[in-house]
Amino acid sequence: MPAQVITVTSGKGGVGKTTAVANLAVALASNGSKVVCIDGDIGLRNLDVILGLENRIVYDIVDVIEGRCRLKQAMIRDKKLPELYLIPAAQTRDKNAVSPSDMNRLIKELRPDCDFVLIDSPAGIERGFRNAIAAADRVLVVTNPEVSAVRDADRVIGILEAEEKGPAALIINRLNPTLVKNHNMLSADDVLDLLAVELIGIVPEDENVIVGSNRGAPVAHDPKSKAGQAFRNIARRLQGEKVPFLDLDSQGSLWERLQRLAGRK
Amino acid sequence: MTETNSLIQIKGLRDGLLVSLDDASWDEQRTAFLAQVDARPDFFKGARLALDVASQVLHVNDLVDLRDQLSERGISLWAVVSESPTTENTAQLLGLATRISKPRPEETRQFSVRDLGDETALFLDRTLRSGTRIEFPGHVVVFGDVNPGAEIVAEGNVIIWGRLRGMVHAGSKGNKNAQICALDLSPTQLRIADEISAALDPQENPRPEIARINENGKLQAEFWSPG
Repeated sequence: MPAQVITVTSGKGGVGKTTAVANLAVALASNGSKVVCIDGDIGLRNLDVILGLENRIVYDIVDVIEGRCRLKQAMIRDKKLPELYLIPAAQTRDKNAVSPSDMNRLIKELRPDCDFVLIDSPAGIERGFRNAIAAADRVLVVTNPEVSAVRDADRVIGILEAEEKGPAALIINRLNPTLVKNHNMLSADDVLDLLAVELIGIVPEDENVIVGSNRGAPVAHDPKSKAGQAFRNIARRLQGEKVPFLDLDSQGSLWERLQRLAGRK
Repeated sequence: MTETNSLIQIKGLRDGLLVSLDDASWDEQRTAFLAQVDARPDFFKGARLALDVASQVLHVNDLVDLRDQLSERGISLWAVVSESPTTENTAQLLGLATRISKPRPEETRQFSVRDLGDETALFLDRTLRSGTRIEFPGHVVVFGDVNPGAEIVAEGNVIIWGRLRGMVHAGSKGNKNAQICALDLSPTQLRIADEISAALDPQENPRPEIARINENGKLQAEFWSPG
């Protein structure tokens, strides 16, 4: 079956696109899918660091596009998961080194050989964003429960609708249930109320995410992390399973039950 | 304005001209295009020109040659759009843009209506998201929400069957009798004619409201009640 091409984008920077791509890639690959992720943030690459693959980079996406290497040569295999590959961005070039048609060609070549292609989009709605969505079958929009991030997500969803990229699905990242409960943070309902798109996951705030990113070991590897669980659930939803949403409010019973379930698996 | 002949299409952009060529022989098209320019020097003189060359493969000397020919005629070539990576590359080498930001259809819409006056309405059956701007020389009816960051500028009245959280300007050409209604009136800003009001606080249990200019000349919102 040809791959599903999924672009992760947000409009605003710093909401967790790259973290989401890394974790979804890990979760999908742990579930038996063959995954290739592409860092679309040319000039400001990060995905390699978060996946812990920085020191293995020889060729990057611009090398492939400009014909200095074959596609396979730029695909870096993950340390732990043999079915997970990264095509890194070039750090010494800028977004103009790639065009949407370049991306289409590259994805066309990748499609027959894997189950999922995940594209990490840069922040903004300019060239890099256009490149990242050019070949997407599906777009995941990441936002945080804060007004400015939601505003930018709304803008991006509007552009995706105008470009007929299909209905976007939303990931609400870094939700803090305590702040929401005290009315100091937008709730998932507030965000959905405004954006009116399909919700594919809510990821709770979790300091393990930062630790994982710094160590190059995404939190989806960690069976105990709440955020990791949330990303694993999103991955299963992308694989077509129906997975109920985590109940983030109850710190105790249900969460522990879910953890036990996950542990037994 | 749009002008077509067999090979070349010329369109007005917001800030210049867009000339579209097709895949026929480059020499032929270049000659034909320059002939068109020479036929109407006044029209082209001083223009900023973007060139869409479809999938033509052009090298540095092709583009340099054209650029120089154009600049002799007082036309500045600033962008070359192409499906060919080689041509894109060439254009980049020459410091030309390879993308022209076309206003996306959803972003800014200016609907023109001729001689129908105030009694025309534009019906939009969708939610307007951030970044959308609707300008219309009549009334505007939205069946959906107007999100923060979206803007409607209408010469007549504006009716929102949904939540209004963006910016609406009714009576934009000075009609002080214009009104703005919404099921939930929580805009970032409202304007009627020259009156501006800052954000209204969102309500716990929203009810339909109508905003208009009152007898003191101030913008005021009132709850709608039946009867």
